[in-house]
Amino acid sequence: MPSTTEPAIEFRDVSYRVGDTQVLSGLTLKVSVGETVVLLGRSGSGKTTTLKLINRLVSPSAGEIRVNGKPNAEMDVIRLRRGIGYVIQDAGLFPHFTVEKNIGLVPRIEGWPEEKIRSRVQELLQLVGLSADLAERYPHQLSGGQRQRVGVARALAGDPAILLMDEPFGALDPLTRDELQRELLLLQQRLHKTIVFVTHDLREALRLGSRIALMEAGRLVTVLAPQEFVKSSDPWAAAYVRAFGDGLESVANRGRS
Amino acid sequence: MNVIRFILQNHTQVLELSLEHLWLVGLSTAFAMVIGIPLGIVIAHRPRLNKPVLAGANIIQTIPSLALFGFLLPVPWLGERSDRLAILALTLYALLPIIRNTYTGVCGVDPAVVEAGRGMGLTESQLLFQVELPLAVSVILSGVRVAVVISVGLATIAAAIGAGGLGEFIFRGLAMVDDRVILAGAIPAAILALGADLGVGWLEKSLRPR
Repeated sequence: MPSTTEPAIEFRDVSYRVGDTQVLSGLTLKVSVGETVVLLGRSGSGKTTTLKLINRLVSPSAGEIRVNGKPNAEMDVIRLRRGIGYVIQDAGLFPHFTVEKNIGLVPRIEGWPEEKIRSRVQELLQLVGLSADLAERYPHQLSGGQRQRVGVARALAGDPAILLMDEPFGALDPLTRDELQRELLLLQQRLHKTIVFVTHDLREALRLGSRIALMEAGRLVTVLAPQEFVKSSDPWAAAYVRAFGDGLESVANRGRS
Repeated sequence: MNVIRFILQNHTQVLELSLEHLWLVGLSTAFAMVIGIPLGIVIAHRPRLNKPVLAGANIIQTIPSLALFGFLLPVPWLGERSDRLAILALTLYALLPIIRNTYTGVCGVDPAVVEAGRGMGLTESQLLFQVELPLAVSVILSGVRVAVVISVGLATIAAAIGAGGLGEFIFRGLAMVDDRVILAGAIPAAILALGADLGVGWLEKSLRPR
C-alpha cells in the first residue's frame, strides 16, 4: 500500500535491550495510514515489545519511533496513549467496573458529558456486535468472546486513529476467533484505522494483514503482503508456511477481496 | 452471675472505660492507616523498599508491649500524658498488618489490568485510585481488621502506664485477686474486639470488587 503522505507509525533503527539481552535490534519499519500491519513471530521474537514501543509502555535503548510524523518520545505520554487504542489478550478489562464503565472510562476522564458517554457506549456495543443490555454486566459475567469485544470497544472509545492489538484473539476457541477475525475485517472496512496486530498464528496474519512483518530473535526478517508471503522464498517465511500446511493461499486471498 | 451483677452495679464506670478503650484503639488505628496505607502503596511500587520497610514493622512487632510502653515513658512530650504514649505504641503495633496487607493487595492486582489501564492513557494517580486501590481494598481492610483486634487486646496493657481503658479493671482485679473485677474488664474488651471484627468484616465485604 504505497502512500505519499506521512506514515502513521515509523520505526527508525530502533533497538531495545534489557541488561545483557538484546530484545530488539535495528528495527526500521513504516506503517501507512489505514493499513493493518501484522507482526508475526514466535514467543520472544520481540513483537510485543515492538508494539509497546509505539505507545511508550517501553522506551527504546536506541533509535526513534515516530507517530503521525512526530517522535513519540517528545509527545506527552498520556496524550499519546489516549490517541492510540490498546487491546490485549484476555482483554484486560477492569473487573470492578461494569461493561459500560470499562468502555466509558477514557471518555469519562477526558471529561465528556454523561449523556454523550452513554450514547457513545451504546454505539460501540452495537459496533462490536454486543446487545445493549450487557452494559450493566461485570466482566466475569461475560464469555471470553464477549470480553474481547468489550476490549475492542473500549479501545475504540476515544476514536483513536491507531489501534494496537496484542494477540487479542489468542485465548479464544477457534469458532469465536474466526467470528471475531471476520468482524475485525468488517470493522476495518468501515473505520479505516491504522492497526498494528501481534500474533504467532500465520492464518490470522494472512487473513487480517495488509502486510506481514515477520520477526525472529529481535530482528525484522521481512515485510510482505499476504499473497507474497505464501510464495516467498525467504527461509523463515517458508518455514512458517510449511509449519502451517496447506490451504494458506486461499486464506491469503480471501482476506483481500 | 456475680460478674454480671458487678458490671451492672458499676455500669457507668464500665461504660466510661469502654469508651476510653475505644478511643485509644480508634485513634491509633486511624493513625496507623494514615501512615501504613501510603507506605504499603509506596513499597508495592518500589520493590527495593519493601524489604527494609516490612523488616522495620516486623521488628516493632517483636518488642514486648510492656517494654515498649516503658521505653517511651521518658520521651519528653509523650511521657507527659500516658494516653499519648499508649496511642503511639498502639499505632506502631498496628502498622505491620496494615502495611503488609496494603502491599500484598496492591501487588496482587492483575498486572495485565494495570498495563491495559496504563496503555489506555490513565495517569499514575488515576491508575492508583480507579484501579489498584479499589481492587486491593478488601485485602487492605482485612489487614485493618487484624490490626483492630490486636489493638483491643494490647490496649488493656495501656492501663499499666495509667492510660485508662478496660485494662484498669483487669489490673485492679489482679491486685485484689478478684475474678469479678478482672472479668468486668475482660468481657467488654472481648465484646469490643468481636464487634470491631464484625464491623470491619462487613465493610470489607461490601467494598469487595466483584
